[in-house]
Amino acid sequence: MASVVLFVLLRLLPGDPANALVSVGADQAQIEAARREVGSDLPLPQQFAHFISSLARFDLGTSFVSRTPVLDDIIARLSVTVPLTLLSFLLAVVIAVPFGILSAVKADRWYGGAISVVSQLGIAIPVFWVGILLVTLFAVNLRLFPSGGFPPRGWGAPFEALRALFLPIITIALVMSASLLRYVRSATQDVLGSDYLRTARALGSGFSEALVRHGIRNGAVPVVSILGIELATTLLGAVVVERVFTLPGLGSMLLLAIEQRDYPNIQGVLFISTLLVLLIGFFADLAQRWIDPRLREKAGSVRR
Amino acid sequence: MTVLAEQQEDSARRTRRSLTLSIGLLLVGLHLAVALLTLVWIPYDPTGMTGGRLEAPSWAHWAGTDRLGRDLFTQIMIGSRIALIVGAGAVAIAAAIGVTLGVLAAFATRYLDDALAATFDILIAFPTLLLAMLVVAATGTASLLSAILALGIAISAIVARLTRILAKRVLAMDYITAARTAGSSWPSIVFRHLLPNIWPTLSVNFALQFGLAVIAEASLSYLGLGAPPPNASWGRLLQEAQGTVYTAPFGAVAPGLALVSLVIGMNLLADGLRDIGDPTRRRSR
Repeated sequence: MASVVLFVLLRLLPGDPANALVSVGADQAQIEAARREVGSDLPLPQQFAHFISSLARFDLGTSFVSRTPVLDDIIARLSVTVPLTLLSFLLAVVIAVPFGILSAVKADRWYGGAISVVSQLGIAIPVFWVGILLVTLFAVNLRLFPSGGFPPRGWGAPFEALRALFLPIITIALVMSASLLRYVRSATQDVLGSDYLRTARALGSGFSEALVRHGIRNGAVPVVSILGIELATTLLGAVVVERVFTLPGLGSMLLLAIEQRDYPNIQGVLFISTLLVLLIGFFADLAQRWIDPRLREKAGSVRR
Repeated sequence: MTVLAEQQEDSARRTRRSLTLSIGLLLVGLHLAVALLTLVWIPYDPTGMTGGRLEAPSWAHWAGTDRLGRDLFTQIMIGSRIALIVGAGAVAIAAAIGVTLGVLAAFATRYLDDALAATFDILIAFPTLLLAMLVVAATGTASLLSAILALGIAISAIVARLTRILAKRVLAMDYITAARTAGSSWPSIVFRHLLPNIWPTLSVNFALQFGLAVIAEASLSYLGLGAPPPNASWGRLLQEAQGTVYTAPFGAVAPGLALVSLVIGMNLLADGLRDIGDPTRRRSR
């Protein structure tokens, strides 16, 4: 289903992909040859069948521009994007969960309110501005971290690589934790107002004991589904952050491919990211069922 | 809790709510005023060299000057206009497409509804920005119009899904059955019963999407896929400022503040509207 949408979107791009292959002054015969090579002279249904069958074989073709296999390029770039996404995500969760719970439990104290205000600010700030400000502060003024780039040896130089990813990770984590925090906070509020928490308290457990034993499991279910969505968004939204810090990730590959009309690359990046997004959704589902046995029983009937 | 304490808390909540709404209105109003002002007056020629290059903020140039000596404050003011045009345009397109498709899906036969719902879900799985990037690429050249169109189309999936869910809920109500029984035609059901009932929730969502559209447009411009140079989009200002961040770090501050203030204004406005439009929610917070 997703592949149909992809195919339609890609064919909507004007300009024949063959144009990317030939030089500016090419004559008709050269263009025809290029079209044949790319396959854009075939009728659309045939192009589509070809598209689907190669996707099924994980054959993403070769780039029109650089002539390298798309899949190899993607895998090389995933070694930047995946650690970037996962580490930022972990950091965001580590920030958002305790502060979110705190801001719900202590809503009447000044810091409870302050946390909410800060998170309100956080969802209004574009991620690239945070990046630029962090670069200004930590790379230009304090000179603690590089302002961008990734060591050419990649993870062969693990310390350098981590140092290069430090500011991007902080950037994404800050922005992401702001929106996560709101969900954690409202989930905690639901838990706080629940009957089972009151019952647990009435049966004599302390406030924090009741919250930990009964609250976390209940509150976690909606939060986990949001976590899945956020993780997917971060993965796909890495485009902007990778541009800010000039990181050679999946996002910058997509951007370059769009500029160069390099269809196999655009297609490959979108296909792999769609796949990853679906996988993330699947694992979020599994995690929810693992946390909440009630979802396991209903599982068969609810899913379509 | 005693009745008195409850009443007190209620009124405290109401004060906080009207404060939210007022700050939101103030911020958005300020941007609107600036945007209107730029139509008749701006402090400097936005494209002319009006000072030294990369000057720090001063009384003559409130936000400093850029690498060509152009006044940044003037460009930021024009940026307000562009942001509002993009936000309003994108939301209008998204509303037109999204509400139509959403209502259609809610009314449609089972199969069409399923197909539409699945399409919305898939489109939503892609972030707005990514969809907008593809649409910009599809329209060929980057222009203000293509940015508006791209964001409008990208956001319409979100609006469509929300509309479908809301509309299905309303269509299951007894008063709709009553209207149908009384022989109302479907246009009359849509315009007299359905839309007025889902409108409050939709309009809150439009305000939120407006803010998101402004951020997304800035991101597009930042990536070089937005409105081209004579349009001073905040995103492009920030992108240019990043290039001179070693010599003139102040350039990255003011456009960002302008952007954030508008988006926060829109978000607060949405929060305030939600509480006004839906009295049943008053208790839930």
